[in-house]
Amino acid sequence: MKNVLATGLIGLSLLVSGHAYAEPVKIGVITTLSGGGAGLGIDMRDAFTLAIKQSGNKDIELVIEDDAQKPELAVQIAEKMIQSDKVDLMTGIIWSNLAMAVVPNAVAQDVIYLSPNAGPSALAGANCHPNYFNVAYQNDNFHEAMGQYANQDYKNTFILAPNYPAGKDSLTGFKRFYKGELAGEVYTQVGQTDYAAEIAQIRASGADSVFFFLPGGMGIAFMKQYAQSGVDIPVMGPGFSFSQDVLPAVGDAALGVKNSATWAKDLDNEASREFVEAFQSEYNRLPSIYAAQSWDTANLILSALSKASVQDKEAFRAALKEADFDSVRGEFKFNTNNHPVQNVYIREVVKEDDVLTNTIVGTAFEDHKDAYAEQCNMQ
Amino acid sequence: MSTALLIEQLLNGLQLGVMLFLMAAGLTLIFGVMGLINLAHGSFYMAGAFACATVAAATGSFWIGLIASLITAAAAGAIVEMAVIRRLYERDHLDQVLATFALILIFSEGTRWLFGSFPLYLDIPPLLQGAVPLPGGGQYQLYRLAIIGVGIVVAIGLYLLISRTRLGMRIRAGESDREMIAALGVDISTLYTVVFALGAALAGLAGALVGALQSVQVGMGEPVLILAFVVIVIGGIGSIKGALFGAVLVGVVDTMGRFLLPQALMLVLPPSQTALISGALASMLIYIVMALILAFRPTGLFAAQP
Repeated sequence: MKNVLATGLIGLSLLVSGHAYAEPVKIGVITTLSGGGAGLGIDMRDAFTLAIKQSGNKDIELVIEDDAQKPELAVQIAEKMIQSDKVDLMTGIIWSNLAMAVVPNAVAQDVIYLSPNAGPSALAGANCHPNYFNVAYQNDNFHEAMGQYANQDYKNTFILAPNYPAGKDSLTGFKRFYKGELAGEVYTQVGQTDYAAEIAQIRASGADSVFFFLPGGMGIAFMKQYAQSGVDIPVMGPGFSFSQDVLPAVGDAALGVKNSATWAKDLDNEASREFVEAFQSEYNRLPSIYAAQSWDTANLILSALSKASVQDKEAFRAALKEADFDSVRGEFKFNTNNHPVQNVYIREVVKEDDVLTNTIVGTAFEDHKDAYAEQCNMQ
Repeated sequence: MSTALLIEQLLNGLQLGVMLFLMAAGLTLIFGVMGLINLAHGSFYMAGAFACATVAAATGSFWIGLIASLITAAAAGAIVEMAVIRRLYERDHLDQVLATFALILIFSEGTRWLFGSFPLYLDIPPLLQGAVPLPGGGQYQLYRLAIIGVGIVVAIGLYLLISRTRLGMRIRAGESDREMIAALGVDISTLYTVVFALGAALAGLAGALVGALQSVQVGMGEPVLILAFVVIVIGGIGSIKGALFGAVLVGVVDTMGRFLLPQALMLVLPPSQTALISGALASMLIYIVMALILAFRPTGLFAAQP
């Protein structure tokens, strides 16, 4: 009798769990929450968790870990998430060198990875992968937009980036669309904080404009020193050095600078307005581009979860690829290499009620695709 | 290349060197007197910058911020010495490195806990904004000249302190024989606390001065710390004079390398490769100089102790 009861219970419980549509989904978030680059990772985490919280989806479990911007640590965390936490999806990495260390290995183990920021060229072309979705951009995109924009006004630009893969992607991207002459091309050290030597060279070069890509503290240091030096050649750059997380530290030196990005808080669409309002009321600060991209990543995952089970990888990938969600960037779809097709805008740094922020002043590209998609053999 | 540009770059090198000297002087003093390797020295640099930025934002005065940075860094140094470092003098260098590395992590996350993860803003004071003309038609930023001035004053001050005062006499005695001056009745533990606080205050001053040029953020001290170690290894560990020469050498070599290497390579290489190769070479240059100096003078240029 006891046995029958037990068997019946087991059968019943199987029946119940078999019927339950939403099995728990585990998402591993590896991002930078300590060290110098933590501001970016914290914006990523905050936007992502807020979007999940607002969806009211109780079946999603987040495993959030800090990579301290160290590739070797990110690799260890990824292994732990895949082997012992058994996550279904992964996301969160901010930096390209960390993405290169983690993503190829993770997607090979049949984990789907969605990038909320880094987009190294090496993962966009021949090494594209069905399990790798980039919801942000391909690294070259912002720089390409600035190259396109520079053609309007400038003929002799001085270009500057740190000597590491994303820095090379940057200057390559700029030169792909820029048609004028180069007054100089300089690769600086990663983590360099004093740019007096480079600024003196810029002053002496006779350039009519300066394009620089210096993420994080490097960009803050450069902009402050540039403004203090009294050189009045106009500067421009990708949106990273003029993002909401660094603008307060740069100060008024950034006013009026043109920069490129796929989003600014005044972008005219409903999803963007809702996002800015939700983020501001929850965290009491303006969201950065990293927050916007992470918000989109979370909403993309939510949209796919409502269509397919994450256990059925084939169907889930197809649901992701449809990109059936309201992006804060407006029109958004995936190219054949699972990288975005999207507009890239030119923004200008302005002051609103004593707060520095960006406003959109033009469109550099509409439905822009990256240059590496052709080398990818996915459909 | 004009003379004005060359002079400007030399001054840039000198300014970088002076800033490194402020860091390296404290580091080498602490090593010379107490025999302690202090990896947490960069944290005092960060503490100085954060104190200056916070106080300057609250009071609107950079100068009050600067005083606050000296006090904060010296107080932090004294507290850390009494609470932690004091227990490490008898231990070997590996234990010291481990413990002071732990201090870096505690300081960094503690600062993040207090100030958040986003960089703070600090601008140069109105009095020092603008530029001064240079011979040859160029101009140089007044604030950077002021940093060079501060460095020279600190160097002279340290020289007088060590060669002319009772405290300096004890510091020199501590360098040459620790046990003996303790046996002679000098209160060695107070001396150690004072030296440690002095070194920390110099680092805090450097942090505050440089914070106005770059971003005040968590982890800003560590890249400078690496350069400061290069400086004291070149100059000879324990020697203030060595720290001064080493710092100016590193500052000038690094700046002139970044400036002259691309121009030199342009003559022999196609332009497309020049930028990448000279960028890589320039970042190696000071380490090459360090290796060369160590090959000929294994104890550095002005070694205090054999």
